Amino acid sequence: MNPSLIRLEGVSKTFDNTKVLDELDLSIKENEFMTLLGPSGCGKTTTLRIIGGFEKPDTGKVYFDGKDITGAAPNKRPLNTVFQKYALFSHMNIAENIAFGLKIKGKSKSYIDDKIKYALKLVNLDGFEKRSVASLSGGQQQRIAIARAIVNEPKVLLLDEPLGALDLKLRQDMQYELIRLKNELGITFVYVTHDQEEALTMSDTIVVMNQGYIQQMGTPEDIYNEPENAFVADFIGDSNIIDGLMLKDELVEMFGVRFPCVDKGFGTNQPVDVVIRPEDVELLEPGKGSLEGVVSHLIFKGVHYEMEVMAGGFEWLVHSTSCFPVGTNVSIHVDPFNIQIMKKPESEDEEAVGVNE
Amino acid sequence: MIGRFFKRFYLATIFVFLYAPIAALMVLSFNSSKYMSKWTGFSLTWYEQLFSSELIMSALRNTLVIALLSALIATVIGTAACLGINHMKKVPRTLMMGMNNIPLMNADIVTGISLMLCFIAFGVSLGFGTVLIAHITFNIPYVVLSVMPKVKQTEKSTYEAALDLGASPLKAFFKVVFPDILPGVLSGFLLAFTMSLDDFIITHFTKGAGINTLSTLIYSEVRKGIKPSLYALSTILFLAVLILLVIGNLPKKKNHEAIKER
Repeated sequence: MNPSLIRLEGVSKTFDNTKVLDELDLSIKENEFMTLLGPSGCGKTTTLRIIGGFEKPDTGKVYFDGKDITGAAPNKRPLNTVFQKYALFSHMNIAENIAFGLKIKGKSKSYIDDKIKYALKLVNLDGFEKRSVASLSGGQQQRIAIARAIVNEPKVLLLDEPLGALDLKLRQDMQYELIRLKNELGITFVYVTHDQEEALTMSDTIVVMNQGYIQQMGTPEDIYNEPENAFVADFIGDSNIIDGLMLKDELVEMFGVRFPCVDKGFGTNQPVDVVIRPEDVELLEPGKGSLEGVVSHLIFKGVHYEMEVMAGGFEWLVHSTSCFPVGTNVSIHVDPFNIQIMKKPESEDEEAVGVNE
Repeated sequence: MIGRFFKRFYLATIFVFLYAPIAALMVLSFNSSKYMSKWTGFSLTWYEQLFSSELIMSALRNTLVIALLSALIATVIGTAACLGINHMKKVPRTLMMGMNNIPLMNADIVTGISLMLCFIAFGVSLGFGTVLIAHITFNIPYVVLSVMPKVKQTEKSTYEAALDLGASPLKAFFKVVFPDILPGVLSGFLLAFTMSLDDFIITHFTKGAGINTLSTLIYSEVRKGIKPSLYALSTILFLAVLILLVIGNLPKKKNHEAIKER
């Protein structure tokens, strides 16, 4: 297995005096499902378009399988793209759409027909050959767009927010569909989205981006459980981000109360950001936990209750399956391994990079 | 009741004023008498005279050749211009569209005289070529105007998708972008064709001696006294333009039906 199939080195891109990407380095492994995740304007789509060849980087290099493809035109790259708005050819029927790439490569008719059948089966739309594009629903069109890309047997499939225009239920179905496709085809997926749930569900590796920089790269578990900075913690799921003081290894102080934790190596008496996920905050009877507070909001969310608890002058966001009515006195307890310590940004510049809301 | 009667009467009056002159012309073209004041019986003499007149036939040939060539060339240039303008940034794009529209507003006589002056100033002798150039010139803005909306509608991503699937930029344009803008291109071509067909003023100033199109021929003949064969010619011209208009509107309807069927 090749350790890195696609490699971006020091890629920068500026549009109209706005720096969209700044010295970006990224390496994508073979057979990986990699997701570029970030808010709009973070440079994730630009990164994808640079890999696809639709944008030329101002500086930096793009390597594919060790070969420099920085200057190669989109039609000369061994990868295919699924676009956000499907981009199907409306004057052609479904079979013609799927056959487009193969016809250009001059494949035989029987080969093309076989491939169309195979691709339609793969996306669960058998028998749609003669249908017109306009007669399909959004989800079906998106699956045709995927079929049209994969018949060309690309080594890498680039997907630019392909589920963005679909409704929630369909989006969830398509997520499973994509994972299945990825496993059946055994090719590399590079997926762009701003939807953190989508990223967590499907990816092998998530790259969290903001303002043209990579904030963190890791498995979904890493990103969710051990965010490296406040931006990542805030962007991936809900979280309580609290100013704390790292007294010594494995002991942090918040609101004047000492909490044992499992993090080490931050030095002594260092100000830190503490991240606690709402589902990790336990509510106990008054006096039994570490920090006393009062429930100030209560919303039923279906799977759990979402509560806000006023404690230590901070509104704690709490998810719990048991219900504590507004006004109840509670005591907050957090297990040591659920406390995630992050270094405070050192400079203002780093702050701007890290947290932008 | 009365209200409805007046509504219909009003509408009928308007159409009578619009079409009565043309109807009169058509009727008179079949009159066997030379004089327009009396009807002496149905005849096709004037049509016979028309088709046997070498003068009129050569003017007809000129008209059709110029209309066809100028519409074709203007369509190619105008479509290319649309693609370019569409890729511009907002300010230059608005500027270009404004500059495109000014010649449309411009009085024909100004366009005609200025073109003539231009040809003379550059020492181009007036003739078939100058008429053709003039017609291409005034046709381009019409083509741009009718192609531009279609070009704006096309998604950039379909072109990129074609590139992504391995098509060269040229192939991507002809296989994906062109079919999308084809209705606009066709109606631009037809518009240019009819504009060229019935232009008189600009042709009059740029044609020089020895060459005539139908409109300039009719004009010079009328000065010598009207021959009924010209009624016949005008009738044919009117019907030809009418047929073109109908053809121009047909594909759109078909498209609509096709979409509805889906």
